[in-house]
Amino acid sequence: MPSVLTILIDGLTYASWLFIVALGLTLVFGVLKILNMAHGSFYALGAYAAASFVGWIASMKMAPAFSLVAMLFAAVAVAAILAPLTERGLLRFFYGRDEVLLVLVTYAMFLIMEDVTKLIWGANPYYVSEPYSLFGSVDIGHQTYVGYDFALLALAIVTGLAVWWGLNRTRHGKIVLAVIHSAEVASSMGVNVSRVYMLAFSVGIFLAAIGGAFTAPMISVQPGVSVGVIIVSFAVVIIGGLGSIEGAAIGALIVGLARSLAVHIAPVAELFSIYIVMALVLMFRPEGLFQRIQARKI
Amino acid sequence: MSKQTLTLRFLRRALALSAVGAAAALGAGGAAAQETFKVGIVSFLSGQAAESFGIPAVNGAKVVIAAFNAGTAPAPYNKVGFGGMKIEPVYVDENGGATKQVQELRNLYDREKVDAVVGYVGSGDCLAVAPVAEELKKFLILYDCGTPRIFEDGKYNYVFRTASHATMDNVALARYLKARNVKIESFNLINQDYAWGQDSRKDFIWSLEKIYPGAKPGEDLLPKFGAGQYGTEISALMAKPADVTHSSLWGGDLQAFILQSAPRGLFKRTQMVFSAADHVLPGLGEKMPDGVILGARGAYGLMSPKSALNDWWWNLYEKEYKVYPVQAPYRMVQSLMGLKLAVEKAMAANGGKKPTHEQLAAALTGLEWDSPAGRIRMALGDGHQAVQDTAIGKTRYDAAKKMVMIDDIQRFPADCVNPPANMKSEEWIKAGFPGAKCP
Repeated sequence: MPSVLTILIDGLTYASWLFIVALGLTLVFGVLKILNMAHGSFYALGAYAAASFVGWIASMKMAPAFSLVAMLFAAVAVAAILAPLTERGLLRFFYGRDEVLLVLVTYAMFLIMEDVTKLIWGANPYYVSEPYSLFGSVDIGHQTYVGYDFALLALAIVTGLAVWWGLNRTRHGKIVLAVIHSAEVASSMGVNVSRVYMLAFSVGIFLAAIGGAFTAPMISVQPGVSVGVIIVSFAVVIIGGLGSIEGAAIGALIVGLARSLAVHIAPVAELFSIYIVMALVLMFRPEGLFQRIQARKI
Repeated sequence: MSKQTLTLRFLRRALALSAVGAAAALGAGGAAAQETFKVGIVSFLSGQAAESFGIPAVNGAKVVIAAFNAGTAPAPYNKVGFGGMKIEPVYVDENGGATKQVQELRNLYDREKVDAVVGYVGSGDCLAVAPVAEELKKFLILYDCGTPRIFEDGKYNYVFRTASHATMDNVALARYLKARNVKIESFNLINQDYAWGQDSRKDFIWSLEKIYPGAKPGEDLLPKFGAGQYGTEISALMAKPADVTHSSLWGGDLQAFILQSAPRGLFKRTQMVFSAADHVLPGLGEKMPDGVILGARGAYGLMSPKSALNDWWWNLYEKEYKVYPVQAPYRMVQSLMGLKLAVEKAMAANGGKKPTHEQLAAALTGLEWDSPAGRIRMALGDGHQAVQDTAIGKTRYDAAKKMVMIDDIQRFPADCVNPPANMKSEEWIKAGFPGAKCP
């Protein structure tokens, strides 16, 4: 019988990885009302960019600690270059149209980006596991954990708090909230809504990319890494409520713990556990745990 | 008219007739040379299986088809193309799921008018496309997928598999463990939750029940394909450590599992055995732990037998791609070699004409041929399912060569690790491997 502590730790570390990615997904939906099917592709780009930058750090014989800076820089680079380009160059032309159309547009982006990634980095895998050993390992009970997993947990907490604080405690955040409530009213009060959209989309993409960048040391970065993460991330934001930061945090925790419990107690129900939780939540809260019921605009 | 003039006239006429004849012959020859044999090659060109299986296999197809078309392959593969017909490959991406593959297969036969299809890595894809080819009465070679169910649960006239199924891999692993006196009182399992993982898991459990009657299964994990994160599974395996941990993980999943579990010390707590892991060795290098027992689903790559044909193939691939061939390109080349011999056999029986799908199927049924990995025999499934020798070994990183080597290689003849023609894998294993011919 596994210890409760083991189940908790495994659930938390899985949830932290999920939360970082799902947070970006829910932020983009909350502000722009876009269900971004290409979110996983930005995650993959973050992983590839991190692999390239960390590889460069290693080739320059720099201290391994610099690889953490390189991973952060990779995420910033992906968001700074690609997010404005995508939002201004493509997505804005579809605002005001049916939301399903935007889903199809981002799905097309996902397919295109899969091939573009392969064109740039090829099909061979990239291994950048050096940062994975930077934090050593920790023995807890009969288990040995890699310190990096706990660093990822810290990163998730810091990221979540930073986004929450930025939205709720800063002037810019309040402007974003105003746009979320009503873009028309915010615009009539002098808010540059297009700029808010672009910045919110960039932050969302940064979160996807940083998720990918900090996952890169744990996996082999190769075609297809974008697919696995996006499906579970959708489950997280649906449980938590689309557009809710608190919801993403609680959703990630629920999914992480449910999965951990299933793997330790009833492995055959691993996948089932995530989606049964989602189904149960939707039965009683069809809008998710934290999404407020909104008045229909006529 | 003098005798000399008559002779000159005769010579001129003869020369003219010869010229016309030669021109006709050349014309006919030119037409034959222009005829092509169109092969649909389906493998993962994108997605999670592309890096480990799809693209190396397609790379293998490209170099070997080029060699066939140039007539530079060694005998008996030295005729240009397929019996003089240039091979024209049509590459199709296997990514996208079984439903898409069914449609793509129909497109290959109906729109592209291919003469044969060689394809499919995914066991789910193979199970989906085989009945479609049969319904269309079109020739299909499954070159890679491992599930034994194709020919054990179904009967086909137009469908073939030119590589052994997964039963061989897991029976060979169990036999290897016994031969090396590995103590097994308990064992854990981690396999992907789809046809390949499920079948591999069952074959290994049944094999151990016979070879190690007292061994008890512990953790039995079935993560989804493409999970990527294995922290929880690793904790579960470490919480209940077993003498041996079996896995049929492959590709990116296997790489992620190794990268995440090695720093946590899993490989020191249990003897890890992988049924299909040779393909991750060139990439992982020193990150691959020593002492891991693994198979390659055949005598492939570093475990391939020494032969002139294997040397030719190894050099051909390594020269082009700067890396040695692992299991996926080996399986592709053995299927194309089988197809080549089948086409040429059918042409010989058909007055040199391009064979129909029926004639191709008749020619490949029960055929045997030499491949770089050894002899391939279409011995099961009424001559539609191949058997071959296999090998199992143990990893060791060689710092001087900067590559993972495989030591303690043990070879298993096909008849030792594959069921006989009249038995299903499950019955054969559960009956204690009757008729197995092991050295």
